[in-house]
Amino acid sequence: MRLVTAIVKPFKLDDVKLALETVGVAGLTVSEVQGFGRQKGHTEVYRGAEYQVDFVPKVRIEVLVDDADSFRVTDVIVEAARTGSIGDGKVWVTEVEDVVRVRTGERGTDAL
Amino acid sequence: MVNTGDTAWILTSASVVLLMTPGLALFYGGMVRAKSVLNMMMMSFGALGLISVLWVLYGYSIAFGNDVGYGLLGDPTEYLGLNGLMADVTSEAGGLPSMAFVGFQAVFAIITVALISGAIADRAKFGAWMVFAGVWATIVYFPIAHWVFDFTLADDDGVVTHVGGWVANNLAAVDFAGGTAVHINAGAAGLALALVLGKRRGFGKDLVRPHNLPLVMIGAGLLWFGWFGFNAGSAVAANNTAAVAWVNTLVAAGAASLGWLLVEKLRDGHATSLGGASGVVAGLVAITPSCSAVSPVGAILLGAVAGGLCALAVGLKYRFGYDDSLDVVGVHLVGGLVGTLGVGFVATAAAPAGVDGLFYGGGADQLWRQAVGAFAVLITSFVLTYIIGLVIQTTMGFRVDEEDEMTGIDTAVHAESAYDFTSLGGGGGGAVTGGGGGAPYAGGSRSTAGTANSAARGGSA
Repeated sequence: MRLVTAIVKPFKLDDVKLALETVGVAGLTVSEVQGFGRQKGHTEVYRGAEYQVDFVPKVRIEVLVDDADSFRVTDVIVEAARTGSIGDGKVWVTEVEDVVRVRTGERGTDAL
Repeated sequence: MVNTGDTAWILTSASVVLLMTPGLALFYGGMVRAKSVLNMMMMSFGALGLISVLWVLYGYSIAFGNDVGYGLLGDPTEYLGLNGLMADVTSEAGGLPSMAFVGFQAVFAIITVALISGAIADRAKFGAWMVFAGVWATIVYFPIAHWVFDFTLADDDGVVTHVGGWVANNLAAVDFAGGTAVHINAGAAGLALALVLGKRRGFGKDLVRPHNLPLVMIGAGLLWFGWFGFNAGSAVAANNTAAVAWVNTLVAAGAASLGWLLVEKLRDGHATSLGGASGVVAGLVAITPSCSAVSPVGAILLGAVAGGLCALAVGLKYRFGYDDSLDVVGVHLVGGLVGTLGVGFVATAAAPAGVDGLFYGGGADQLWRQAVGAFAVLITSFVLTYIIGLVIQTTMGFRVDEEDEMTGIDTAVHAESAYDFTSLGGGGGGAVTGGGGGAPYAGGSRSTAGTANSAARGGSA
């Protein structure tokens, strides 16, 4: 099993969710996060005084998938989240040792 | 016999002017960080409580009692506790009950004190602020209100029955609703107090941005609304002067907002909401002394100048290194000077005040009167405030300590936080004392956490 983690622009969340549904992903976890990459932060101005805001709001999407699905799911996310401009985010995949469904106690791929 | 129209208008005006102080609390409160919004608002509410009491006890008497000498001070004992003012003193021809005027002027005293608090955001002990508010009102505001607002009265035979203050009568400067007594006064006091308290930690380096701009805009809206009572009510009658003042108040604020936004757009590239709200207030400040003396077109001119100039002036604190946190100087002192001196330039005899300024062929006569009034109030207020602030600073201490300032003055001073940011409810705690219906101490989450800890220890052993 693998965990696909994606950091994307917040306004792309709906597109990514819809795209994942079309490839049969049955569940995902979303959190609002802040950070910076090459995009860096942005500047705000209050009564003429400039403030550098270092962290940009992003959305983190986490999906647990079967090994065989991870490439397809990753590609779908990348395609849905891309705008072509700086700050589009990143997607990475990590190995997952075990998964348990809390309600039934099912383990491994049965729990996905 | 009471003039019911005038009385209704003045009581209405007084009521809407009172709303300006909670409006100011929102205006200021939105501009500070989330960890100090309650303290910011409480400084305004503290003034509401304290100054209304002092005004009734002796403030009104100092401001509007018979002059004790040189137009500097009213007799503090004449109307002590508003003695003798409950009787109906209105004439057969109709008039305003004394109490209506007492109430109308009370709310001026309250907001003037509250305005100063913007200069010392995030760092003043609440107790020290309250002591300051009472002493400052007594020594600075009440006398200066006497200078500016207390007019000498004579009876039908020309016999003087009441002697007022020097700015209004001897100098004959035009300050219709308090450009000097309220705004220059509060602005100069704010500057003095910001210097006494010193900068907030991290001033000019750390990110200090407004935590809630919608609050700022609601506050500005309430201020604008209340300001109609402030200015048009200052006619002390429901008459033509009040109507002229109303329209001038509307249009000056609008023009000032545009002026501020234009400066921002040209200088920073963005027209901001904070700029729009601040511009409204700058224009209202500038039209306060001048609303009876200028034409509506003159009001547009004064407003636009005030908006543009104040937008530039708020940057001065970074250049000179004084932490006037919410720009009491940049908006109220500068705006007050624009309006008060502006009368000397754009006043027209066609307006109710009946004087011509420099641009209307009146020469420099009115201008020097305006300048003397403005700078007399500015210097007096600055010097006295600096002394009061220094005495409080050295005796009881004016600033909270560093840790309280960093963690947030709300929790440190008021034992409250403005917003519950925890989504799990109650910040993970429970009621400590039985305030009625609360969970007992060490119940709920605390004992649960204890159980989890011991379980974890047992597992690893």
